Amino acid sequence: MAQNAPKKNVKVSELNSVTVRFAGDSGDGIQLVGNQFATATAKAGNDLSTLPDYPAEIRSPAGSLGGVSGFQISFGDDSVLTPGNRPNVLVVMNPAALAVNLKNLEKGSVIIANSDAFSKQDLEKAGYAANPLEDGSLDNYRLISVPARALTEAALADSGLTKAQVLKCKNFYILGILYWMYGLPPEPTIEWIKSKFKKTPAVAEANEKVLRAGRYYAESTEIFDARFQIRKRTIKPGRYRNLTGNEAAAYALITAAKLLKRKLFYGSYPITPASEILQVLARHRSRDVAVFQAEDEIAAVCSSIGAAFAGSLAATGTSGPGLSLKTEALGLAVITELPLVVVDVQRGGPSTGLPTKTEQSDLLQAVFGRHGESPLPVLAASSPADCFDTTLEAARIAVKYMTPVIVLSNSYLSNGSEPFRIPDPSDLPEFEVPPLPAPEEYKPYARAAETLARPWAHAGLKGYEHRLGGLEKQDVTGAISYDGLNHERMTQLRAEKIAGVAKEIPPTRIYGDPEGDLLVAGWGSSYGAIKLAVTEARKAGLKVSSIHVRHLNPLPPDLGVIMRRFRKVLVPEENRGQFRLLLRSACMVEPAGLNKMQGQPLNQEEILEKIKEVLRGN
Amino acid sequence: MERTRLTAKDFSSGLPVKWCPGCGNFAILSQIQKAMAGMGLPHEKYAVISGIGCSSRFPYYVNTYGFHTMHGRAPAVATGVKLANPELAVWVVTGDGDGLSIGGNHMLHAIRRNIGLKIVLFNNRIYALTKGQASPTTQPGTKTKTTPEGSLDFPFNPARFAAGLDCTFVARGIDFDLPGSAAILERAASHRGTVFIEMLQKCVPFSDKEFDPLKDPQTKDDNVLRVEHGKPLVFGKEKNKGIAFRGFRPEVVEFPAGKVPAGVAVYDETSAEMAYLISGLTQPDFPVPVGVFRAVEKPAYEELAEEGSAPPAGLDELLAGPDAWEVK
Repeated sequence: MAQNAPKKNVKVSELNSVTVRFAGDSGDGIQLVGNQFATATAKAGNDLSTLPDYPAEIRSPAGSLGGVSGFQISFGDDSVLTPGNRPNVLVVMNPAALAVNLKNLEKGSVIIANSDAFSKQDLEKAGYAANPLEDGSLDNYRLISVPARALTEAALADSGLTKAQVLKCKNFYILGILYWMYGLPPEPTIEWIKSKFKKTPAVAEANEKVLRAGRYYAESTEIFDARFQIRKRTIKPGRYRNLTGNEAAAYALITAAKLLKRKLFYGSYPITPASEILQVLARHRSRDVAVFQAEDEIAAVCSSIGAAFAGSLAATGTSGPGLSLKTEALGLAVITELPLVVVDVQRGGPSTGLPTKTEQSDLLQAVFGRHGESPLPVLAASSPADCFDTTLEAARIAVKYMTPVIVLSNSYLSNGSEPFRIPDPSDLPEFEVPPLPAPEEYKPYARAAETLARPWAHAGLKGYEHRLGGLEKQDVTGAISYDGLNHERMTQLRAEKIAGVAKEIPPTRIYGDPEGDLLVAGWGSSYGAIKLAVTEARKAGLKVSSIHVRHLNPLPPDLGVIMRRFRKVLVPEENRGQFRLLLRSACMVEPAGLNKMQGQPLNQEEILEKIKEVLRGN
Repeated sequence: MERTRLTAKDFSSGLPVKWCPGCGNFAILSQIQKAMAGMGLPHEKYAVISGIGCSSRFPYYVNTYGFHTMHGRAPAVATGVKLANPELAVWVVTGDGDGLSIGGNHMLHAIRRNIGLKIVLFNNRIYALTKGQASPTTQPGTKTKTTPEGSLDFPFNPARFAAGLDCTFVARGIDFDLPGSAAILERAASHRGTVFIEMLQKCVPFSDKEFDPLKDPQTKDDNVLRVEHGKPLVFGKEKNKGIAFRGFRPEVVEFPAGKVPAGVAVYDETSAEMAYLISGLTQPDFPVPVGVFRAVEKPAYEELAEEGSAPPAGLDELLAGPDAWEVK
C-alpha cells in the first residue's frame, strides 16, 4: 500500500515558528498525542511552549461540546515564548472539536479532520445540520480530511488485536501525518511506545505500525502539498528536558532541600491545578523527601509548619480557595518566624470559580490576605521553566530570612511546558541559614544584624530547648509578652525584616530602551505574551519597552525610577488591576491597565492592540 | 540507645504557671512530666505541641521543645513534627473545645493514621479560657453563658469517639486520681502509634462541681469503675457490683462482696468492641469507667512512611530524569 507509492514533489516552506492545536473528546488521548508531539519537536532542537486545555469535568458525554479537550503547542526558534494565540494547524478528532475551535482559527489555516468521526449523530451532538467537511463552509481553510479510523483498521487488518485496541491507535495515525509535515523524527515516540507497552508487545507493535503508516500516507497521498521546515532555536548548549510549571516547582523544592542539606517536607491537600506538585513529589518520596497528603488545607500548612519547627525545609502547595484556608496558619508562621514555602497555583475565582482555568487574581490575597500586620515575601514565576528558579529562590529567602514565602504560579504555567535547561548542581545558588550561637548564648528571637532573621534551632537539637507559639514574643528572648511597646517594636521588626528582602533583588532588566513613550510592566505568567507584543510594537517603530517583575513583595526598589522615565505605563494582568494598585501606592504612578478575566491567558494581539490604544491617547 | 536518667523536675521550665488556683491541670502537668522522665530519652528529644485554650498553655511549663500553635490544629502541627523527625517523642495537649470542636477533623485523622502522637485531651466540659461557653462535651441541660436555658445539643464522649475510630490506645483518667493517671501515662509513654487519653478535669470557675461524685469518699467507689485488662469489671464500696453483658447490652449486677459471679465480664483491652461498649457507660445508670480501654499493636504511620522510602536520589540524576536530551 502507501509505503510503495512514489515520493511526490512537495514544496517545503521555512517558518520561524508554528502553532498546532490538537482537539477531541477528553477520552481521545489528546494530551498524550500532544505531549508526544512536544517531545519530538524538542528533541529535534526546537524551542517550544505547550498548553493543555481540559474541561472541568472528567468525562463529559462523548462527542459533546462540553467534553472537548485541547492541547496547543507552539514550536520553532527563539521567538517561541507562548503556546501561541491562533493555531496554524488545527487537528480535530470529531465535529465538537471543530465547532469549539474554529472561531479562533484564521482563514487559510490548516484543518486536519478525522473524517470518520463526522457521522450524522456526531454532527448533531456538535450542533451541525450539515457536514462541514463537505458543505463548503470550510472553503477558506486548507481542509485535509483523513479517514483515520478506516486507515488505522486497514493498517492493522492482520494484527490480531481487538476492535477496541485497534481504534485506540488512531491518534498515532494523525501524529504520523504531522511528523511528516514538519519533518520530525518518529524515533522518540517509538521509544516511548516500546517502553509504555513493554508488557503487551502486540499493542506496541500496532502503535508503531500506525505511526509509520500515517507518515507514509502523508508522504504519498496527493492531499498534502506542503511541508514545513521550522527554524531551530539558537539554543544554549546543555542538557534539557521538557517540564510543566508544576513539575518545575516540585523539582525546585527537592533541589532546595538538597542544597540546604535538610529533609524536604511537603504537606498538601489535592486541589486543581496544584495537585500535580504533590503527585510528582510522591513519586520521589525517599528518606530525604517526606510527602504528606493531609486531611485538609489547614492540616497541610500546619503539618508543614510543624516540620519546619523540627528542622525540615517545609513547603505546601495549593490554589486560591486553599490559600484562603491557610491564611490563619500563615499568621502563625509569620509570628514564629519559621521558614515555609507556599506555592499558590492560581485559578479563576472567587470560590470554586473556574477551577481549571487560569487567572492572576490572588496577588492581593498573597501580599495582604492575613489578619494583623503580617508581611511576607511574594514571588511570581513567569514561565513553566521559571517555576523552578522562582521556587528555588523562594526557598532560599525563606531560610535566609526565617519567613514564610508565597510563590505565585497559575493554571497556565502549571499545565504548560517548555524546555528546561538542567542546571549543573555547582551553578545553583548557595543556601544560607542565620548563624546559630552556642547553646548557652542562644536566645530564640535574637536577630542576625544583616537580615534580622532569628536562629533556626530546630526541635531535637541538643541544648536549644525552647518554646514557640502564636502569642506575641518579647524581643530577643522570645518569652510571651503582652507589653504594648514591645508589640509595636516586634511589629516593626517583622516588617523591616521583610522589607530587607529587597536586598536580594537584582536591578530590574528593561527589555528595549531605558526610556520612551510607554513601559509595559508585567508580572507572572504574561511574560511571553508581553515580550512578543512589545517586540512587534518596537518593529513598528513605537517607543515601547517592558519590564517583568518577579518580586511582588517587597517590590524591586528601582521600579519608581524606571517607570518615571516613560511617559506612560501599561500594566496587563489577568485580574481587575491588582498589580496596578500595588504600583500606584508604592511608586506614585498612574498606569493604564489591560485587564482580562476570561480564564484564558493574555495574548500578544490583545496587548499589542492596547499598546497602540494607550499611545494613541497621547 | 542508652536510657537517659531524668526526673520530673528536669521537665519543669520554671515559669510561673498561670492556671487558676485549684485547677485540675496542675496535677496533670506533674503526672505528664513524670511520664516523660520515665521515657528515658535525652532531654532534647521531646516536643510538646498544643492548640489554644487553658490546657494549651501547657508547653510553656515543660522544659523541652514546645509549640503553642493555633486553635484546634495541634494534631496537624504535631504530625509534621513527627514525620520530620520520628525520633522525637511528640506529646499533644488539647482540650474538649480545641480537640473536638474546631480541631475535630485533625483529631480523627491523626487517630486514623495511627501516627505516633501522645494526645492528652483535658475534658472540663466547658470553654474556660473564653470564660464559660458550652463545649462539645458539655452535658445536656447545663447552663452556660451561651446556653442560658440549658445546653440543647448532645455531647461527645471523647474516649468513645477515639474507640469508635479504632484508636490503638484509648484511656480515661481523672485529674485528682494520681495513681490511676500515672499508670495510664506510663503505659502511654511506651505505646507505638496514636495514644488518646481523655483526662477528666475540673475547672474551678466554670465546672467546679462537675466531677465531685467521682471524688467524694462517700460516693466515689460506686461512681467509678476501674477497668483493667484480664480482670472482672467490678466496682462499689464493698466490691459488690459488676458489669455484665446481656448480648451487647451492659447491665449492673450486684452480688455478695468478693463473690464475683461468672456473668461479670472480664475486660479485654485488645477488643475494639469491648472498648466501644465500656467507654459508652455513663451516669446515672452506670459508673464512670476509667483506665486503659484499648491497647493494641499496629504499625505507626511514621514507621510505614520510613520503611516505604527509597534511598535518596542524587541531584543530577533527579533533575535529568529519564528523558533529558543533549544540545551541543
